[in-house]
Amino acid sequence: MSELVRLSAAQAAAAVGAGELDPLALFEAYRARAAADQLNAFTWVAEGAPEPVGGPLGGVPLAVKDLFCTEGVPSQSGSRILEGYRPPYTATVVERLARAGAPLLAKTNQDEFAMGSSTENSAFGPVRNPWDHGRVPGGSSGGSAAAVAAGLAPWALGTDTGGSIRQPAALCGIVGLKPTYGAVSRYGMIAFASSLDQAGPLARDVTDAALLYSQMVGERDPCDSTSLTFPGPIELPQRADLRGLRLGVPAELTGEGIEPGVLEVFEAAIQLARSLGATVEPCALPHAPHALAAYYVLAPAEASSNLARFDGVRYGYRASDADDLLAMYTRTRHDGFGAEVKRRIMLGTYALSSGYYDAYYGRAQRVRTKIAEDFAAAFERFDFIVTPTAPGVAFEFGAKTADPFAMYLNDFCTVPMSLAGIPAISIPCGLAPPPGGERPLPVGLQLAGPPFSENGLLAASFALEAALAFDGSAVRA
Amino acid sequence: MIGRDEVRHVARLARLELSDEEVDRMAVELAGVLEHISTIGELDLDGVAPTSHVVAVENALRPDEPRPSLARERVLAGAPAVVDDGFAVPSPQA
Amino acid sequence: MSSALEPVIGLEIHVQLATATKLFCGCELSFGAPANTHTCAVCLGLPGALPVVNARAIHFGLMIGMALGCEIAPRSIFHRKNYFYPDLPKGYQISQYDEPLCRGGELAGVRIHRVHLEEDAAKLVHIGASGRIHGSEQSLVDFNRGGTPLVEIVTEPDVHSPAQAREWLELLRVTLRVLGVSDVNMDEGSLRADANVSLRAAGSEQLGTKTELKNMNSFRFLERGVAAEIERQRAILEAGEEVVQETLHFDPSSGAISSLRSKEEAHDYRYFPEPDLVPIATTEAMLDAARTAMPELPAARAERFERELGLGAERARQLAFRAELGDFYERALAADAAHPRRLADWVGGELVGALADEDPAASTVSPAALAALVAMVAERTLTVTAAREVLGVLVADGGDPGQIVAARGLEAIDDEAGLAAIVARVVAGDPQAAEQVRAGNAKAIGALIGPVMRETRGRADGAEVTRLIHAALGLQSADDQA
Repeated sequence: MSELVRLSAAQAAAAVGAGELDPLALFEAYRARAAADQLNAFTWVAEGAPEPVGGPLGGVPLAVKDLFCTEGVPSQSGSRILEGYRPPYTATVVERLARAGAPLLAKTNQDEFAMGSSTENSAFGPVRNPWDHGRVPGGSSGGSAAAVAAGLAPWALGTDTGGSIRQPAALCGIVGLKPTYGAVSRYGMIAFASSLDQAGPLARDVTDAALLYSQMVGERDPCDSTSLTFPGPIELPQRADLRGLRLGVPAELTGEGIEPGVLEVFEAAIQLARSLGATVEPCALPHAPHALAAYYVLAPAEASSNLARFDGVRYGYRASDADDLLAMYTRTRHDGFGAEVKRRIMLGTYALSSGYYDAYYGRAQRVRTKIAEDFAAAFERFDFIVTPTAPGVAFEFGAKTADPFAMYLNDFCTVPMSLAGIPAISIPCGLAPPPGGERPLPVGLQLAGPPFSENGLLAASFALEAALAFDGSAVRA
Repeated sequence: MIGRDEVRHVARLARLELSDEEVDRMAVELAGVLEHISTIGELDLDGVAPTSHVVAVENALRPDEPRPSLARERVLAGAPAVVDDGFAVPSPQA
Repeated sequence: MSSALEPVIGLEIHVQLATATKLFCGCELSFGAPANTHTCAVCLGLPGALPVVNARAIHFGLMIGMALGCEIAPRSIFHRKNYFYPDLPKGYQISQYDEPLCRGGELAGVRIHRVHLEEDAAKLVHIGASGRIHGSEQSLVDFNRGGTPLVEIVTEPDVHSPAQAREWLELLRVTLRVLGVSDVNMDEGSLRADANVSLRAAGSEQLGTKTELKNMNSFRFLERGVAAEIERQRAILEAGEEVVQETLHFDPSSGAISSLRSKEEAHDYRYFPEPDLVPIATTEAMLDAARTAMPELPAARAERFERELGLGAERARQLAFRAELGDFYERALAADAAHPRRLADWVGGELVGALADEDPAASTVSPAALAALVAMVAERTLTVTAAREVLGVLVADGGDPGQIVAARGLEAIDDEAGLAAIVARVVAGDPQAAEQVRAGNAKAIGALIGPVMRETRGRADGAEVTRLIHAALGLQSADDQA
């Protein structure tokens, strides 16, 4: 493995800044690795490096999830209906990061329209988990997570709607952050569920995640009505311990439904937190058990509407054998969308339809209010909530595709934070064997905090990370 | 819990073509998911306001100032069918 | 039962706002521009694009709400109205549903139900068969219009005749024109009106089944269409049958009403709050800005003309409802306010007669000139006939009335003796007419007035000539009677 690839993004940026590292050499090292990828992590790889622009990110190249519009470069959101689509503009966050010195390295593979928890729903084939090629990397940002974990990209952009950054980060043994809703512009992100989607960093360690994130937030984006100005800069974390920190552990998200191996590692991490000076106590999130149900009404409902624009009229795939308008619509969308996307469109359409709105969509919005209230109440007693990120370690291909809801259960620890719009981070906290298996696989620890608490989350994560000393370098060979 | 006719009706609303076999499969899958989701029907949500917007932001407005439009070639570039600078579609009949 | 059926009409109006840019993006509004040259990622519905609300559209919406006496919502939101059609790029229209910008209100006795903002659809043009799509008919979509800001105004069913519908719509139109929020041109599509029509037993509170008449693109067609639909429903009900709720089209050339096949069979729009936009909270500053921008509205102006200037109701309405006439009138009054009623009659009568639909501000007649002309007539230094000749000159070339009168020698004849002599000569020259007038045939006097006027070249006052003729014939003139 190239020496360059051993450097973390922050280290590489510092080296470039000090004149010790040529950003073009760095780009080429990663570009060659990405082009030789065996994990199917990418849908497009750059053919050459752009002119370096300097900036705080030091020319360290960035892998970007397929659903971010990148002008002139395929942006397909993992779907056949957008196969080969090249947008006439670039997403705001990608532009900001490029200007800050993180040029586009590649587009990463993902579950179609960000719907999935394993990347098995991609129209361009599944992605392999670098820790075990017979297992999923998680989803929907599976390509981004696998690329970073395998050292094919120094860092990556993903999106999180119900856990799609955090869960693959956990399954691949890397760091993933879901921002406060509104902190990062959504302009140019091919939408899944508008009130939940957020772009965020996937990186090898907390420092890298903080560095990338620091350039993603700031002044609000006038092109995104829901975007917010971040109240202050993101700091590179330096915290040594967790003294004075009050951590809450919700029984609803740390018991039933979690694999024993994961729970064991989680408990060890909690103990470690205590030894670092944190107080850890149970906290209640009474409506958390209903979060998954509410999410699987709201997200598909918004998606059913967001995906209506894929109709074969202006761009993308159009069924060629349609004689009339209705057939053009229905056949285009039948051919172009995969099974999971069709299921969610149907579910969402149903939940919004006449006679069902109040029972489903209306109620789900009210459950959302209660969940936000639960967190707000919890944060009066605790600084952060701690849970396992995912209920299990990486599973085998095909293990959860028979029953849609079995796949949805992967999100039950991450979905409540998405509904409440609060920030949450996943850091690798250990390894555990899968049920009935032997090879240990990564386990993620999730910390969630009140809106705009990202600096605190990053600092606490940094301290924990140092103490945990998780080493993922083996899969970066 | 969700019959074939209902599935066909929803598919029509969503402009999705489904074969008979797909309709049957969808009916089973949706019924399964809906059963899990129906737990939200058990909660007492009287007096709880719905959250339609997670951000507490209002009045995100822009000034009425022109911005450049896209050049027509770019607009039509990825279009499946173009006639006379317009997007061609089969005529709506109904 | 048949004769006691009363029409119940509600109107739904769409107004294209005269903002510089579209409702949710910065593309410039256009009319007649080459296809697909005023579009962007947002109004094309490209993946990843997001809407941002145009502040001026909100401002115009508030002004419209205030002009209609509506209650302005302290908070309103946008909703998505979901359906598939080629002129709808996102597969949903961003509109307002149960939290609109304005509710309630009233204009000229018709209550307003609501006023809200929404984006316009694109333009779909049917082009017939082409080789490209085998065999079938094609349409082309031009997205220039897509995203244009619209205000939708819905009335309560308070209109009760086709004529009232037309008059009310004309008042609405001129009100919106005066506000400056829209071109309100039905030909260009910046004003569109649909009518909901039903019949009910006179005096009943219950509403009958209503039909919706769409796509009437002139006031005249709207009036005729509504009238035709009322008759159609009357015939159905009198035959003991039921009116079917449907959407209809009126063909003005044939007078026929036909069913408009609707865009989609199941109108399940699946409304939900637009998650890509945030609520509009109407602030004091926004309300102040709207209030400050409000000009005097036509209805209020008409009422002021009547009350303060003593104009008759019809004349007041005429000058208030054609804003440019009212503006010209008030500028003329500023030059000389001594004869408001006569001046109003000259603006609304003679001047309109000479200029037709032309804006008097664009003509060569200056308001001060007209005021001066009217003053001369009022002071009887100029006859009406002569004044009309002067007006003709002003319309053709402009100028100053005093100078025109002097140059053409048009001063009114002040010399009663001289006039009496001319009258005597004319009367003597037409004994037949004289006899008829004496016999009581009032109309015959025209044969005597004519020659006098001709000889005096319109400089004699008509009433004065009549009086002198009566005197010459030994008759009491109407003027002399007590």
